[in-house]
Amino acid sequence: MPPHRIGRSTARGSIAIDAVFDNLDIFAEGFRRTVGLSLFAAIAALLLGTALAAMRVSPVPPLRWFGTAYVEIVRNTPLTVVFFFVVFVLPQVDIVFSYFTFAVVALSIYHGALVCEAVRSGINGVDLGQAEAARALGLTFAQTLRMIVLPQAFRNVLQPLGSVISALIRNTSIAAAFGVQELTGVVQRLTTANPDSVIAVLLGGVVAYLILTLALAGALALTERRVARAR
Amino acid sequence: MSGTPIVLADPPGPRGRRRILISSIIALVVLAGLLTLALLRLADSGQLDGELWSVFVDYPELRTLLWNGLLDTLRAALTAMVFAVALGIALALARTSRRRAVRIPATAVVELFRSLPVLMLILFAYLGLPALGWQLSAFWALVLGLTAYNGAVISEIFRAGIASIDRGQTEAAAALGLRPLQIFRLIQLPQAVRRMSPTLISQLVTLLKDTSLGFVIAYSELLRTGRGAVEFLGSRYALPIYTVIALMYIVTNSLLSWLARWLDRRQNQRLGGGHAELPMDAAAAAGAGATATVPEQGGPDTTRT
Repeated sequence: MPPHRIGRSTARGSIAIDAVFDNLDIFAEGFRRTVGLSLFAAIAALLLGTALAAMRVSPVPPLRWFGTAYVEIVRNTPLTVVFFFVVFVLPQVDIVFSYFTFAVVALSIYHGALVCEAVRSGINGVDLGQAEAARALGLTFAQTLRMIVLPQAFRNVLQPLGSVISALIRNTSIAAAFGVQELTGVVQRLTTANPDSVIAVLLGGVVAYLILTLALAGALALTERRVARAR
Repeated sequence: MSGTPIVLADPPGPRGRRRILISSIIALVVLAGLLTLALLRLADSGQLDGELWSVFVDYPELRTLLWNGLLDTLRAALTAMVFAVALGIALALARTSRRRAVRIPATAVVELFRSLPVLMLILFAYLGLPALGWQLSAFWALVLGLTAYNGAVISEIFRAGIASIDRGQTEAAAALGLRPLQIFRLIQLPQAVRRMSPTLISQLVTLLKDTSLGFVIAYSELLRTGRGAVEFLGSRYALPIYTVIALMYIVTNSLLSWLARWLDRRQNQRLGGGHAELPMDAAAAAGAGATATVPEQGGPDTTRT
């Protein structure tokens, strides 16, 4: 692909940072996609991970086996390889979605395993007496888990869960290699188009990611303070 | 750990046992049904044809290719691991320094690298550094990006490990007249390494997995060579080749985890006595990495605290 300019082009010799400000709309578009990917994948991964964690602590052996196998396999596979399976193998069996959906699927599969491990460590941290008391009151396993153990577990794992979500946000960048023009994809495209302001474009990407991760850290700190107060 | 389920339910009585049996059968049927559906779907599209899967026998070149890819992956991973641990120790030391002029820049660097995608750091090394007049190969760009990110994360793991050591240790060492660097090297580091080894190892597994990002910058690691092979042979071969690649990663990573556990056990036997791991929140504070790692639950006494 010959380098071509995107958006209002920067005159050679002008201040290199122009490449960022002239293409702010393209950056904003990428930013929006990154946020979208993160949001959908985070919700799916949280649901999937919680379900897997429930399986891993359930008294039903086949569910435990499935949960363990899932986590062990996915945790030892690079996210990039998960992407390869979703993007290149699924179409072989005629399952075709947009690249965006594919990316959400891959991110959810991968981070579901991490969410599961975080939630499970939280369940481990809930005092056994809680479950015993719940059983003494006649609650079933599912009720014990849903009403007594999980709410406390989530409180315990806010921080590890937060780092899983933060990792998810950063890992959306891998979608750039699979046809999604999110932030990193935009950065790659703009560096090709503006070879004289590569550094400025890269720094623009850095700032955009910092905004996202710092916003998450802030939100997490707020939630933590509220939870601490509620206790 | 994974063998012993957490006891959230009473030891089941006769009725409970029957219920568990029934649920088990239902679960097995559902899981087997899903598996059958998936296999049928694969068979329908000809994905399970013997000819596809015998590709590894038919083309010995493919085996050599993937093997060389694995070696390139390991080369990048090992190089980056050495640099990242070294950088991690240096940053942890700088961040706990008493001099503000050292502490503040180190903190800034750690927080910056930790909040960025590894891929961005790799691209910075690959695209940005040449623009600044420093040409480097794809291999070194990959190693540099991985080192920057993992060095920052590992420094936080070290810092959490050091913070978990009893203050009395440092005070006693200071009372014996050791200088800060000596205290760090002789007292804090050895104890910290033992406590944080599970977290450290899962971060190293993460690093190994992240070498697969090398395919973005055309470094000839395992995934890139596999992709090349699929492009050459045709996209029908995606499933067999990527499955074998995934297995290669899983085996390598499991070996790494297993090696770490074995070393840990041996060391414990040699030193004897209890083995305290990082408290959960300290390990979490260390940051869960690009491909976030929840501290591996491996130790003998982590089942329940």
